[in-house]
Amino acid sequence: MSVITIERKVLEKNDQVASRNRQLFRDQGIFALNLVSSPGAGKTSLLERSFQELQSSMKIAVIEGDVQTDLDAQRVARYGVPVIQIVTMGGCHLEAGLVEDALGKLNLNGVDLLFIENVGNLVCPAGYDLGEAVKVVILSTTEGDDKPLKYPAMFLNSSVLIVNKVDLMPYVNCDLNVLKGNALRVNPNLKIFETSCFTGAGISEWCEWLRRKDASAK
Amino acid sequence: MHELGIAQNILEIVQQAVPKEQTAAVRSIRIRVGPLSGVVPDSLEFCFQAMVNETEMQNASLAIEQLPAILTCKKCSYRFQTKDLEFFCQSCGSSDLELVSGKELEVVEIELAEESDQSL
Repeated sequence: MSVITIERKVLEKNDQVASRNRQLFRDQGIFALNLVSSPGAGKTSLLERSFQELQSSMKIAVIEGDVQTDLDAQRVARYGVPVIQIVTMGGCHLEAGLVEDALGKLNLNGVDLLFIENVGNLVCPAGYDLGEAVKVVILSTTEGDDKPLKYPAMFLNSSVLIVNKVDLMPYVNCDLNVLKGNALRVNPNLKIFETSCFTGAGISEWCEWLRRKDASAK
Repeated sequence: MHELGIAQNILEIVQQAVPKEQTAAVRSIRIRVGPLSGVVPDSLEFCFQAMVNETEMQNASLAIEQLPAILTCKKCSYRFQTKDLEFFCQSCGSSDLELVSGKELEVVEIELAEESDQSL
């Protein structure tokens, strides 16, 4: 037997493209976010609420990732926000190359905020850097307070946690303090917001944070 | 279930590292996988085998080394392996920790059969 020693990261190709995306965002002063969650946690609803609050003062663009359909892009487009839909045709996550292709189709002139809405999945998107400044994990109260412990990689790799659907707390078996405690046990540096995209609770705090982060990206 | 894409990446790395005329001699590819890489080793092996089946690399298999997640406590400097991926110091209870290893997903080395034993 002969042995070739290589020591190479399996995802190095993805990481190289992600670095290019990150450089582009830096050069253009764009604050880019990668939104991850399981399906139905409220990623698109959070975007819609954010548009309502921020659209008058900031230029926003969106890249949507879904396994099938452009339903989310249609929802975003109703707000007049430029959007590119990536359909992964079964793929369970977005990769940096897909985002780079989508960026080529978006007019990024003057864009302040770029939301990249990943495919709904709490496992696979955790390992793929897209070039974003921050990864935001959204967890809805209906999913239960144990999820940060069951899917630790996603919470470890994110810097922001949005606990959505807090208006449903009285009806679901989810203790908010336990949920936050579990999340902080996996990642004590998580910045946590509590929102309801139905009532609008917590949205202004989230948007204020986005404004501040965007200002520091300039 | 993204192990098929990961297997494809591994195959590309091997094809870049091994001269074309020697790809049929590849027997074993050593991979390092951390528990926080998001990769399921059994699933990765299955996908890799499906991918090389009936190709010139059909005699190649993955040798997956599963690494533990190792953390260092920033308060008391205690270094430990996490059990069940619970992120608090097993010495002082602090949650101010640094992840030393656990996210690895790397191709480490490739073993090739010598010309004399390629018929095996």
